[in-house]
Amino acid sequence: MADFISGFWNMYVMVIVALSLLFCVFVLVSNMTKREAGPVQLHGHVWDETLAEYNNPLPRWWMYLFWITIGFAVVYLAIYPGFGKTNQERGEHAQYEAEMKAANEKYGPIFAKYRGMDLAAVAADPEAKAMGQRMFLTYCAQCHGSAAQGAKGFPNLTDDEWQWGGEAETIKTTITGGRIAMMPPFGPSLGAEGVKDVANYVRSLSGLAHDSLRAQRGAELFQQNCVACHGADAKGNTAMGAPNLTNKIWLYGSSEATIIETITNGRNNRMPQFGEFLGEDKVHLLAAYVVGLSKK
Amino acid sequence: MAQSKHEKIESNVFLLIVLTLLTVSVGGLLEIVPLFFQHSTTSPVDYKGNQLNVKPYDPVRLVGRDIYIREGCYNCHSQMIRPFRAETERYGHYSVAGEYIYDHPFQWGSKRTGPDLARVGGRYSDEWHRVHLNNPRDVVPESNMPAFPWLNRPVKADDIQDRMRALNKVGLHKYSDEEIAAAPAAIKGKTELDAVVAYLQGMGLALQNVK
Repeated sequence: MADFISGFWNMYVMVIVALSLLFCVFVLVSNMTKREAGPVQLHGHVWDETLAEYNNPLPRWWMYLFWITIGFAVVYLAIYPGFGKTNQERGEHAQYEAEMKAANEKYGPIFAKYRGMDLAAVAADPEAKAMGQRMFLTYCAQCHGSAAQGAKGFPNLTDDEWQWGGEAETIKTTITGGRIAMMPPFGPSLGAEGVKDVANYVRSLSGLAHDSLRAQRGAELFQQNCVACHGADAKGNTAMGAPNLTNKIWLYGSSEATIIETITNGRNNRMPQFGEFLGEDKVHLLAAYVVGLSKK
Repeated sequence: MAQSKHEKIESNVFLLIVLTLLTVSVGGLLEIVPLFFQHSTTSPVDYKGNQLNVKPYDPVRLVGRDIYIREGCYNCHSQMIRPFRAETERYGHYSVAGEYIYDHPFQWGSKRTGPDLARVGGRYSDEWHRVHLNNPRDVVPESNMPAFPWLNRPVKADDIQDRMRALNKVGLHKYSDEEIAAAPAAIKGKTELDAVVAYLQGMGLALQNVK
């Protein structure tokens, strides 16, 4: 095989394989004794006064097993790569390729059928939904949860709130290319008091308990610092993944402490890209599954 | 009574030792020794000879890898994707020998209580790894992985330079004197969590998105 750094190693393997096989044959042949007539022979030594050991021939079935393994080795070497042959069509990689090809022939048409349909139609198809769910559990549930309920920092996909937009094609884009969401830290520029004011204002937006004096001051700071991403009405901006702050849906939590933490240190998270890994066929089904999850 | 052939060997300790050693060495001579003289096992190429983008671990990842070993992650996570469809569908391209040339010792593992990690790099966000290592149940309620909350502490790696010098003596590592000199600065201020996440995020990128 060209993989060896020199041709010596081919010979090395072949010679040792051949020698060890021949040696096994020699050992077997030289031990093919028959039991002699008369009393069973004993080994010469006796210990513990009377204990002695029979010297019977090796059991015949046991000898046959050895002959069978030798025969197997010869047949194997003749058929599979090795012993100087490089017939990779029987190697592990070729076996893998064959397995993949068979699977593609079986499942390819199913994927192709759904890929030809638009996402809304796929989302309504029960078979596609079952396939999508299985893939979701394999590839997506680690972050979004097995029921797509999400977790702190990882969006719930069953509500109708979409950080990056909820149109079917947008969801597909998100899965394919991933998303990077970055909220910069405002702790340094706003100071601890300023952060607290803004946090109170943000809580006031969705009707949570807040200090109205602080919220008033926070509103001003919000207009100066936050509207570029979250918008003047704080309804967010799906183009840059800035969440809507008025709808009582909280990615990281709504407590004052959590919001203060968010504003002070910022948030940095990403949705990994799955386009290259999964391929368009699977992304299409997954996107349809996610579309089907949403409440609408 | 004539002495039988096997008795000759059984009653001569020296002969018995020599022949036993010869017998048990055949497997190693055939299956292990040639691996040291193959391109695909000793250089960053796949089995077809294509170059792989495999780099020695930088200091932060090296520290992360040591923590991975210290915490016994290999007891439940393998780092070896076998060439079966069931595995490549879930984890990505099967592993090839050239990807492990800088792994001393390798972390292939033999048991998957958790998933294989050979291509975990980039599959999750850094933030996910932080939350998940701190308490897996926070993101995966069904998880039975233990929590590692103590990782959020500064790395103790006063031996990083010795570690790199030691690695230079095995395998293909060639950390330069400059790299070794710069190592303490590179890991300064990092937490163990940072190091483990960096290690995980670098895993298996060589064939990450190859089908």
